Amino acid sequence: MAISTKDVRHIAGLANLEFGEAEIERFTRQLSAILDYVAQLERLKTDAIEPTSHVNAAAHALRDDALRPPATHEQALANAPETDRGYFKVPKVIG
Amino acid sequence: MTDPSRATIAELRDLVVSGRMSASEICKAHLGRTRAVDDRVKAYRSVLERQALAEADAVDRARRESRPLGPLAGVPIAVKDVLCTQGTPTTCGSRILENFVPYYDATCVARLREAGAVIIGKTNMDEFAMGSSTENSAFEVTRNPWDLTRVPGGSSGGSAAAVAAGMVPAALGTDTGGSIRQPAALCGVPGLKPTYGRVSRYGLVAFASSLDQAGPFGRTVADVARILQVIAGHDPLDSTSAPEPVPDYLGGLERGIAGLRIGVPKEYFPAGLDAEVHGSVRAALAAAERLGASIDEVSLPHTEYAIPTYYIIATAEASSNLARYDGVRYGLRAAGAPDIAQLFRKTRNAGFGAEVKRRIMLGTYVLSSGYYDAYYLKGQKVRTLIRRDFEDAFRRVDLLITPTTPSAAFRIGEKVDDPLAMYLSDIFTVTINLAGLPGMSIPCGLTRDGLPIGAQIIGPRFGEDVVLRAAAALEGAMQFRDRHPPLPR
Amino acid sequence: MTYETIIGLEVHCQLLTASKIFCGCRTRFGDPPNTNVCPICLGMPGSLPVLNRTAVDYAIRAALTLDCDIRPRSIFARKNYFYPDLPKGYQISMYDQPLAVGGHLDIEAGGARRRIGITRIHMEEDAGDLRSPEEAHAYYSALRNLLVDIGVTDGNMEEGSLRCDANVSLRPKGQAAFGTKAELKNLNSFRFVQKALEYEIRRQTQLLDAGQRVAQETRLYDSEEDKTYTMRSKEEAHDYRYFPEPDLLPLLVEKEWIEEVRKSLPAKLLSQRREEYITAYGLLAQVATTLTSSQPMADYFEATATAAGDHKAAANWISGEVLARMKEGGFDIVVLKSKLPPERLGGLIARVKDGTVSGSTGKEVLETILRTGQDPDEVIRSSGLAQVSDEGALEEAIEKVVAASPGQLAQYKAGKTTLLGYFVGQVLKATGGKANPALVNRLLKERLDR
Repeated sequence: MAISTKDVRHIAGLANLEFGEAEIERFTRQLSAILDYVAQLERLKTDAIEPTSHVNAAAHALRDDALRPPATHEQALANAPETDRGYFKVPKVIG
Repeated sequence: MTDPSRATIAELRDLVVSGRMSASEICKAHLGRTRAVDDRVKAYRSVLERQALAEADAVDRARRESRPLGPLAGVPIAVKDVLCTQGTPTTCGSRILENFVPYYDATCVARLREAGAVIIGKTNMDEFAMGSSTENSAFEVTRNPWDLTRVPGGSSGGSAAAVAAGMVPAALGTDTGGSIRQPAALCGVPGLKPTYGRVSRYGLVAFASSLDQAGPFGRTVADVARILQVIAGHDPLDSTSAPEPVPDYLGGLERGIAGLRIGVPKEYFPAGLDAEVHGSVRAALAAAERLGASIDEVSLPHTEYAIPTYYIIATAEASSNLARYDGVRYGLRAAGAPDIAQLFRKTRNAGFGAEVKRRIMLGTYVLSSGYYDAYYLKGQKVRTLIRRDFEDAFRRVDLLITPTTPSAAFRIGEKVDDPLAMYLSDIFTVTINLAGLPGMSIPCGLTRDGLPIGAQIIGPRFGEDVVLRAAAALEGAMQFRDRHPPLPR
Repeated sequence: MTYETIIGLEVHCQLLTASKIFCGCRTRFGDPPNTNVCPICLGMPGSLPVLNRTAVDYAIRAALTLDCDIRPRSIFARKNYFYPDLPKGYQISMYDQPLAVGGHLDIEAGGARRRIGITRIHMEEDAGDLRSPEEAHAYYSALRNLLVDIGVTDGNMEEGSLRCDANVSLRPKGQAAFGTKAELKNLNSFRFVQKALEYEIRRQTQLLDAGQRVAQETRLYDSEEDKTYTMRSKEEAHDYRYFPEPDLLPLLVEKEWIEEVRKSLPAKLLSQRREEYITAYGLLAQVATTLTSSQPMADYFEATATAAGDHKAAANWISGEVLARMKEGGFDIVVLKSKLPPERLGGLIARVKDGTVSGSTGKEVLETILRTGQDPDEVIRSSGLAQVSDEGALEEAIEKVVAASPGQLAQYKAGKTTLLGYFVGQVLKATGGKANPALVNRLLKERLDR
């Protein structure tokens, strides 16, 4: 296995997901299979190769420091599951 | 009278401009066709009947008042549900955005509206465009109009199926690893993924930002060109959209392909390739040769590494792009969470489907401390090698032609439990996204079972004009347009 | 044991752009919640960031001023973590390819000058190493003054325009390896930076002396209790999964752009001007500080001094009377310049210097100028405020006073020379306060001692 159930639990925490035991097992199996497949990249020697983060790096458009009309208050909050006096309402934040 | 459910954009616009048929009548004809077949095909997430009729009415009013009519005046167009449409739900095929209604249009949608198009509905898709069959939609499985027991491909399966079934003359899809070209091939319609940066991504709900592009499906290559003409070009709201000028795509369509050098990458015709797919694509190449193009074998040596590279880069970006769905500002919120940390987790757990979670997990892993260099950075470096393969090839040839998919449409359910097998159905399309090139699928034949087969035409960066020219020439030679899916009229 | 302290500061500075760095919303502080927002800053699905050119201009300004190397190609990165007020679930930052690297800032702390290294600048700024809380305080305030000076921030700490986190670790003297560091947050004033560091060093010293370990953690400073508390321990530390931001292309900064920004920088920094005022014009440090509170203020001072032909006098007038009037009237340097152009103030100072008006009359003239906007000479002439410096006229007045005070004259002659003051007062009274006191003094003495 390329990845352990412990790894999967840790990754789930980073990704803000939570899984039951059965799901952890299944993800471990599936992710391991995918990672084993991905491991074929190790065959390629890439030390001297520049990474590609953007395929069109030549163009770069910046904006002028100009104001655009903001959303209305109603638009900003229209999709919110819960609001309170103009704020997005959330349960308590701990730690 | 022209049957509007088989007419081209040019014919439809002509009807409107000449007054032989109103935009409202055209809209109603397509809505009628949708009512007749979509309960079986399930291409749409939402049909925007009321808004569409109002938009069509506005076009008719403009005509009556002799105001100028746009290049798509009165043409109904369907839009994949991953593109934001102002005032109408944009679900991305996900429970987490089931009730999301943006107050802004995606730039490509806004440009369609400005051109006079009537947005008739939002099409079904794999959740967050992650999938190759539309089976990953949280809401419904779209069927292939050629065989309702088979998938239409994905992730833009709804858009491809809607066009193939005659419900709409054209549709927008998005393509991150093949999500326009693969369903276009499986549904027997032309579909184009533009060069990365050709079409604005503003309002396209991101899956993998360095790979995503929106593009058109149409009944004909010329229709695809007409839509691209409208949606292409720089957008100040997307700094990755290219400042490059937009050529006249339609004007060059009839120039033919005599003298073009077409490359055939040998890696795209592996030993195990489906014989019927192989035969049809070879027939298309033979037709190209008859039309005066020269055919050369070329090599893209890093092709075999494309799928692993793609799944590293696409999932890494997705894991970050999907972090914003947390139940605070929009979308689903899980009930009964006592604190914010649990709210985040419970919402994401309830809102995302299995494939989306799998990709978020994979993407988080390849970026995580200790694995970044081995996976993500490695993937970016191999991406460079894949890009260079194409640069080398395009020094020798003008275009590349390959099969779009390794096989025709597979059965619903056939690959749902085997993620890796599903990923491999994108094997001929993901390379083009990694390199940021334009690619188009056109139908080039049917299997003995009556399933469409697609040929992929790949151009150099911003070479959409040449791709479309070749596609138009082959479309004329292949006589596919007379074929229609076995749906009742 | 004696320990060596290593302090690193990470200073966050809000730039003075009109719109936000990645969208066209206003940056104004204190507006109602969720008003200056758009799909982009709310992280709505499908929205994309577009970089503000002026923000880059300002970052280049800061980099040039702090002698950093500006990198021709820098890359924005996503820093991934979940937090309630982080709408996208990641922050767009810079990581391994920042805008500028390797600068420095000179400071004075505890009577010594120190050059503090600056590792890097992006839209934030990251730290060099400092050896004492006092140095950290001096560095932070010098950096703030500099960034305000070059016009990239208002430096307002109450509104969060400037924030600072600090890393601190101890190591036994002579040891090469660094000790375990703690990160301190919530240091929102210069004083808190120093106090929190002082507390933290005491805490770590006690731990190490007792043979215990310092935990690597993030600690919050409580200014009420003057203590730091654990906020997050290493075990829960984040794995930020930085990767290049695909929505923003690499930022390319060509030489021409840098030169263009260089031209927009002030010719001299305020710290340099202050230094010059002390050494070249002999101003008091405190006065020099006042006059270099901003570039426009320093410009005003220099223009006034040129017109007056006297730097010291101009300095005293501005830091004294003029500043008091500004405070009283509640106006700033821009308004001052329109109400009292430096040439006008310089002219008035010159009139005091050459004795046309007395110092106290000069203050009255200043009031009138501020009220009416008249020229100083005009005010002096029209209101008859000019001193009587005509010796003939004064001698006449003196003769009258002497004649009217025979008793006092006799006492003076008998040796009670302190009565000179009495005679001066009488002469000034007789001339309606307009007599030049120095002249009156001299002439009276000559007359009485005759």
